[in-house]
Amino acid sequence: MSPLDTLIIAPLAFALASLGMGRRGAWLIVIAAPVMIALAVWLCAQVWAAPVGHSVGGWAPPLGIAIRADGLSAAFMLATAVAAGLIGLFALDEFAPPKDGETARSHTFWPLLYLLWAAVNAIFASADLFNLYVALELLTIAAVALAGFGALKAALRYFMVALLGSLSYLLGAVLIYAAYGTLDMGLLAQRAEADLPTLLAAGFITAGLIAKTALFPLHGWLPPAHGSAPAPASALLSALVVKASFFILLRFWFDAMPGISGPELAHLLGALGAAAVIYGSVQAIRQTELKPLVAYSTVAQLGYLFLVFPLAGAADEAAPWAAGAWSGGVLHALSHLFAKAAMFLAAGLMLRAAATKTIGGLEGLARAMPVTVFAFAVSAVSLMALPPSGGFMAKYLLLTSALAAGAWIYAAVMIAGGLLAAVYLFRPLARAFAGKETPVIVPTPRWLAAIPLALALLASALGLASAGPYAFIQAGAPLAAEEGLK
Amino acid sequence: MTPSLLYALTGAGLIALGLYGFVTRSHLIRRVLAFNVIGSGVFLVFGALGHEGGITDPVPQALIITGIVVALSLTAFAAAMIARYAEDGGGGLDPDAEDAG
Amino acid sequence: MSLVFDIALCALILGVAAMALLGRGLFASLAFFIVYGLLIALAWLSLNAIDVALAEAAIGAGVTGVLLIGAWQALNAQSALDPDPVAHWITRVFAGLGCLAIGGLLALAILAMPGGTGLTTEVIDTQGQLDLGNSVTAVLLGFRAYDTLLESIVLLAALVAVWSLTPQGLWGGIPGPRHRTRPDGVMASFGRLLPPAGLIAGVYLVWAGSDAPGGAFQAGTVLAAAWILAVLAGLQDEPEVTSPLLRAALLIGPALFLLVGAVGAGFGGFLAYPEGFEKPVILAIEYALALSIAATLALLVAGPPRRPGGAR
Repeated sequence: MSPLDTLIIAPLAFALASLGMGRRGAWLIVIAAPVMIALAVWLCAQVWAAPVGHSVGGWAPPLGIAIRADGLSAAFMLATAVAAGLIGLFALDEFAPPKDGETARSHTFWPLLYLLWAAVNAIFASADLFNLYVALELLTIAAVALAGFGALKAALRYFMVALLGSLSYLLGAVLIYAAYGTLDMGLLAQRAEADLPTLLAAGFITAGLIAKTALFPLHGWLPPAHGSAPAPASALLSALVVKASFFILLRFWFDAMPGISGPELAHLLGALGAAAVIYGSVQAIRQTELKPLVAYSTVAQLGYLFLVFPLAGAADEAAPWAAGAWSGGVLHALSHLFAKAAMFLAAGLMLRAAATKTIGGLEGLARAMPVTVFAFAVSAVSLMALPPSGGFMAKYLLLTSALAAGAWIYAAVMIAGGLLAAVYLFRPLARAFAGKETPVIVPTPRWLAAIPLALALLASALGLASAGPYAFIQAGAPLAAEEGLK
Repeated sequence: MTPSLLYALTGAGLIALGLYGFVTRSHLIRRVLAFNVIGSGVFLVFGALGHEGGITDPVPQALIITGIVVALSLTAFAAAMIARYAEDGGGGLDPDAEDAG
Repeated sequence: MSLVFDIALCALILGVAAMALLGRGLFASLAFFIVYGLLIALAWLSLNAIDVALAEAAIGAGVTGVLLIGAWQALNAQSALDPDPVAHWITRVFAGLGCLAIGGLLALAILAMPGGTGLTTEVIDTQGQLDLGNSVTAVLLGFRAYDTLLESIVLLAALVAVWSLTPQGLWGGIPGPRHRTRPDGVMASFGRLLPPAGLIAGVYLVWAGSDAPGGAFQAGTVLAAAWILAVLAGLQDEPEVTSPLLRAALLIGPALFLLVGAVGAGFGGFLAYPEGFEKPVILAIEYALALSIAATLALLVAGPPRRPGGAR
């Protein structure tokens, strides 16, 4: 038995079980969280020795589908197991079946959680472009449904963008199959050439995925969808869902198509990323409500991820800084995953306690709920890229690569993005510490605050013990991560 | 002109036409309808390019059947959500188009 | 079929698509869309892709059409069919140019395709190992069974997502309106006659699917149609969404599929079928899937619960 298979089978089994068990299904998370974390640790231990992979059902590509895990996949699966497990436990407070009869939400949240989990794990494992499409659509359905828990209007808007994004991706995959007779990324890496069908296909795939990752200027759907959902749903959407489509993009360019990209495309993605950093941060500063602020911060933070393409990818030949940029981008995705999950859960608790939506309503909250506000602050440290945090390590790596490459504009954007993050995150924190009186709050269960705190501390730990994760994500990393996309 | 090429180009035409419909008509039912037209255009390109000597490559055939079921799943969810949105007084237009004015 | 027929069919497909997308009334558009689906099915027949033609006619045109008409009814009841605006002419010009460019690039890419890259020979050479005569079924349940497993989960996910839209206080209720017809009316006799016929057709489609066109998804659609007709005829009512029997019907297909995958994972490989028993295992999965797909499709058409359960 391989943990790689089990990490896909188990969440599907939990999804079916929670659907079949009805009101008792909620408590499955108490088993699912430790099981999934244990499986992911097991996979990481295997990958630490050597990357793993095999063909599903024993049918080798191009006929069959290959799944595999290198350091990148395993790290994302472990981070997902920890984050989704903890978010699931947190959600017991909101979505456990109420005593006075069930609701549609207490019933459907749990299968949706496991379906989302299965979809992202399938994405992290798959090496097949069409299999990725099916997994991506599973993710879309679960994600839009969870966004719909907040506001239907925001969810519909998200849905319409997601529909077009999926079609664009699918069209690209179709053209790739027609041109090369395979959908397998490993085979494509050997066969792909930079001709018109391939470039067009790559363009469609990229356009579809950046719409789903909410890269500027296709970000419009994200703030309302992430900002209006219940806290556990927002955390899942911002921490996991947008990372999955970015992950496919990373895989596609660095693993499947390392030979076809010119520096133009890499710089286009980089420029959009840079614009997202500035635009998202400025919008976050302008918000008067807390959750839209955190959601716009996601738009900004996602921008950094796309700096990987010019910094690691656009090198003409082996560039010593490329590996640093690639690892920095991946570390940033992982630390944002933890930090943003922590921040949305903490924000949810703070708003509930203060019975408000606005930043102004948070006054004095630090005295009434110190643990929660502390968790918010620790996650903010990572997003501002201050030491010690995963965000600091990640941006340090990205920044040194940018300086080594002489990419002054990207370097300036990163520094500006850090300062702007400090501005927008300082406001809610300053409110929470302001005033002299302890406000009267709506009581929330005390154990809940431990969960955002744990997630925030994990984001910090990624920076404190960064040597381990740094080496781990390079296990089996594509050559292109060191030598650039040619 | 071979049937393969003819149907593949028709697929490309459906994609362009569907996209035009999606962009220029903002009623939600029309957007879902356009999604389905674009989808069937993509499938037609897929199948037709795999058609040679009177036989269509079974791999695209299987993947198209999978794709049709996935598209149906998305359509079913979208239809239900559109109905709920209208019942909540949201009307029939894509909120994105409304926000844009 | 002759090239003239193909050219005429393609022209018709594009014309009907344009009517569906850009026409005036929404209901007329939906009618055009259903015709469009049937024409696409014809195109698949012309390309000798009979399994796809069946799927397109049953699912693409049939179920999708029914779903969109359901949405139309709901919006009609809320007077949300109007406005149905057309974008400003500047937007139309830019959209037109953009779509022309995309279509043109696509056409160029299609003309530049090398050809001869498909896997037809590999599939035909290998499908004997699964003892299946139908190449498409060999891909769907053999070589790419993992896709098909995920696809059956996607369908189920859509149902969970639809249920998450249940209005406050109606969880555990019954989807859709209760239909009543005169017991001696046409609808009632139609409704009595068709479900048994549908059942036989569904069972046949799965059985035939291993060697001839057909399969679980096509069969599931036929079964679902039979059920929907019985409901429309007032012979049956939809079950409560929390009914254990319903849950069992929804889950049995994906659960059996997943179980086979997991057992395989324990003994060598994820979704590796037991050697020598590939065909019976595949048939068992297909029958279970057909049942689950039928239940899921029928409930997707019915939508979220609309009436309280308990009292019928």
